[in-house]
Amino acid sequence: MKRNSIAIVGAAETTKMGKIPDQSVIGLHADAALNALADAGLKPSDIDGVATAGASPTELAYYLGITPTYADGTSVGGCSFMLHVRHAAAAINEGLCNTVLITHGESGRSRVGGGGRFGGGGGASLNGQFEMPYGPMGPPTMFTIPVLRYLKTYGLKPEDMAPVAVIQREWAAKNPRASFRDPITVDDVMSADMIAWPFTKLMCCLVTDGGGALILTSAERARDFPQKPVYILGTGESVETPMVSQMEDFASSKAFRVSGKKAFEEAGITHSDVDHLMIYDAFAHLPLYGLEDLGFCKPGEAAAFIRERNTAIGGKLPLNTNGGGLSYMHSGMYGMYALQESVRQMRGIAPAQAPGAKISIAHGVGGMFAASGTIVMSNEAP
Amino acid sequence: MPPRMLPEPTPETRHFWDGCKAGELRLQRCTECDGGSYFPPRPFCPACGSRNVEEYAASGKGVLWSYVINMRPRPDMGTEPYAIAVVKLAEGPKMMTNIVNCPQTPEALELDMALEVSFAKQTDDISLPLFQPAKG
Repeated sequence: MKRNSIAIVGAAETTKMGKIPDQSVIGLHADAALNALADAGLKPSDIDGVATAGASPTELAYYLGITPTYADGTSVGGCSFMLHVRHAAAAINEGLCNTVLITHGESGRSRVGGGGRFGGGGGASLNGQFEMPYGPMGPPTMFTIPVLRYLKTYGLKPEDMAPVAVIQREWAAKNPRASFRDPITVDDVMSADMIAWPFTKLMCCLVTDGGGALILTSAERARDFPQKPVYILGTGESVETPMVSQMEDFASSKAFRVSGKKAFEEAGITHSDVDHLMIYDAFAHLPLYGLEDLGFCKPGEAAAFIRERNTAIGGKLPLNTNGGGLSYMHSGMYGMYALQESVRQMRGIAPAQAPGAKISIAHGVGGMFAASGTIVMSNEAP
Repeated sequence: MPPRMLPEPTPETRHFWDGCKAGELRLQRCTECDGGSYFPPRPFCPACGSRNVEEYAASGKGVLWSYVINMRPRPDMGTEPYAIAVVKLAEGPKMMTNIVNCPQTPEALELDMALEVSFAKQTDDISLPLFQPAKG
């Protein structure tokens, strides 16, 4: 790292120490955080980076009311916080954020309210207390909850989501590795088995097995490798809430908006510069939220944009060209496959290659609208 | 049928669950900023970070904000499809819940319909805040 470039300006422990039966794990994180903020003379809204282990950075940011552009959940045991400091120093120097809060809280003796790493923990976690008692059963019944409000806000109907699945199947038909390649119609989508009204099976992603890997180095060294380099132009990230019921706006993802804006700013590009786009599509509504929250469409206009074939083969913005989570594959954490397809498009070797594409964006979601990451790539040397 | 998945109150949320047991929907609000009411419970204001907050009994009124109807019931929820809903409370915060005393169909469950809280006792310690169509 750059010597002497970063400083610690706030530091505090929890108010009490020893045996604390009246505070849960997330409560201990928050107590230490509020004390450190007071020590630094800051408020939660002054923080734009979070790092923690044990709890998830999403839960921490949401609980404290922080909207971060940097979230580090590195968890490698007791030294995690040393790694957080190191990563934070790099992030601040790189301009990913300005002020990072690193927290720890553990109810090692009293064992109060453990919670889970992704908010999916036991009955004492936020999800466990305030969502799970009402019967959600995994992503098909949680990721989908905001969509009726989205549709009502813009005067749309469930069938307006169907072209997302239909057009992605057209892309998948060109991809020999896609799980589903046979054409489908809007009627097929609407008459498929109902999973969680208004979502039919063809509006939900596959469940498959697979994996992926990436290797990065400096742009300077990249010239010496056998493959055509794919350069990173810009990046963004954010987290909103581990509880889908607590999304600020059911018609828009705050994590998407913050992450996308940062990535565009870093890359120094406009929307018309983008030749190819991947939007993590665990369900058919995600490309609608993604197109709008990234700024490719005005609020409420993404369904028509897709229906009018702007994102289809030959359209002006090729989207989810591998077939997406709906038709290509989805092993559970699909973001890796969105990145892989962007790399193939930038190398010029994708099965459904967007001719002459120079800039690609891979936009991902984590949890149920809980987190987001955006990567802008280019095949043009800096 | 396995027993229903129930919340395990923590020290920071105990007042909320005690309220449900006593027939009161308890929210919190900040006494230092105008951030308004917030949920879920925590001992400080998520708008400004102040620890000066108070609990109060909310009206129990709200509107149906969004939902899905789970067609493949979780084993502890019975065998019939049921709505997993979010209600927007009159005081501002949103809350996940189930809608009771109402058919679990798209026709009967209209967005923005008026709802009122109805506490469903599960155990001696836990009553869940469910919502039903408002009477009048």
